[in-house]
Amino acid sequence: MEAIESKVGEPTSDEAALVAAAKAGDIGAFEELVKRYDRNVFRIANHITQNREDAEDVVQDAFLKAYTNLGQFQGQSKFYTWLVRIAVNEALMRLRRRRPERMVSLDEDIKTEEDSMPREVADWSPNPEQQYNQAELKDILGKTIQGLPTGFRTVFVLRDVEGLSTEETAEALDLSVPAVKSRLLRARLQLRERLSKYFKRDGDGKP
Amino acid sequence: MTCSEFLQELTDYLDQSMDARTKAELEDHLQWCHNCYVVCDTTKRTIEIYRDSKIYELPDDLRVRLRSAIIEKCKGAHAQPSEPSKSEPK
Repeated sequence: MEAIESKVGEPTSDEAALVAAAKAGDIGAFEELVKRYDRNVFRIANHITQNREDAEDVVQDAFLKAYTNLGQFQGQSKFYTWLVRIAVNEALMRLRRRRPERMVSLDEDIKTEEDSMPREVADWSPNPEQQYNQAELKDILGKTIQGLPTGFRTVFVLRDVEGLSTEETAEALDLSVPAVKSRLLRARLQLRERLSKYFKRDGDGKP
Repeated sequence: MTCSEFLQELTDYLDQSMDARTKAELEDHLQWCHNCYVVCDTTKRTIEIYRDSKIYELPDDLRVRLRSAIIEKCKGAHAQPSEPSKSEPK
């Protein structure tokens, strides 16, 4: 089986120069960094907050915070990983504000391994996504991932949608590598289980 | 290798981050265990569908609006040590 390629936010050679220029007060250089990563930050924020207005605010607040704290960015990690860390924290803060009744934490280790054990083992149709139009498919994918606990959802989005490495995901979320791996496995299995409802072949083996 | 052991290694297997011997053991298990084969295949497709469909795209008009708001706020908020004249609050 081929490895799943997922490289987003790979630094280009000019990125260090852009960051250095932005640090020195070049707002144009910072605007380039915004252009480079605003879509990613918006997606991450939307996935975490599950609210578009909050996501818009997170994008603004995260970049503003990054700009005002650029002096603290030492270049030991990628700028993107550092930015994602800021964005995740802003998004979690908004989520907590909106849902004060629920504990929102990346640390909670939810339930046991049981919740991720596959129950649905029916194969999928060859191209299940073609059974739905684009809007329907996005609706299914959105609803499905929204049902995951925040910690699982966030790890899955950073690792599998945005393409951070396991180590970068751990760094961005302040989790250990084994904790990222454990959440990622369970997120992937739970999503698979839930999507099977929509994508599995019918009992007679036809899609 | 049991199915449960296979599942524990699934994430590393999909990410191809394992030694050759473990990989061979997993692939041997996949040869005869149809359930694990299906789980492995559909998990891989789950990841690909999410990665490719990128829900929550930022629309272009909103993108432009957010970006100019960000830049305005940056101009107003930050006193860069090298250019203190840019720090005038708005």
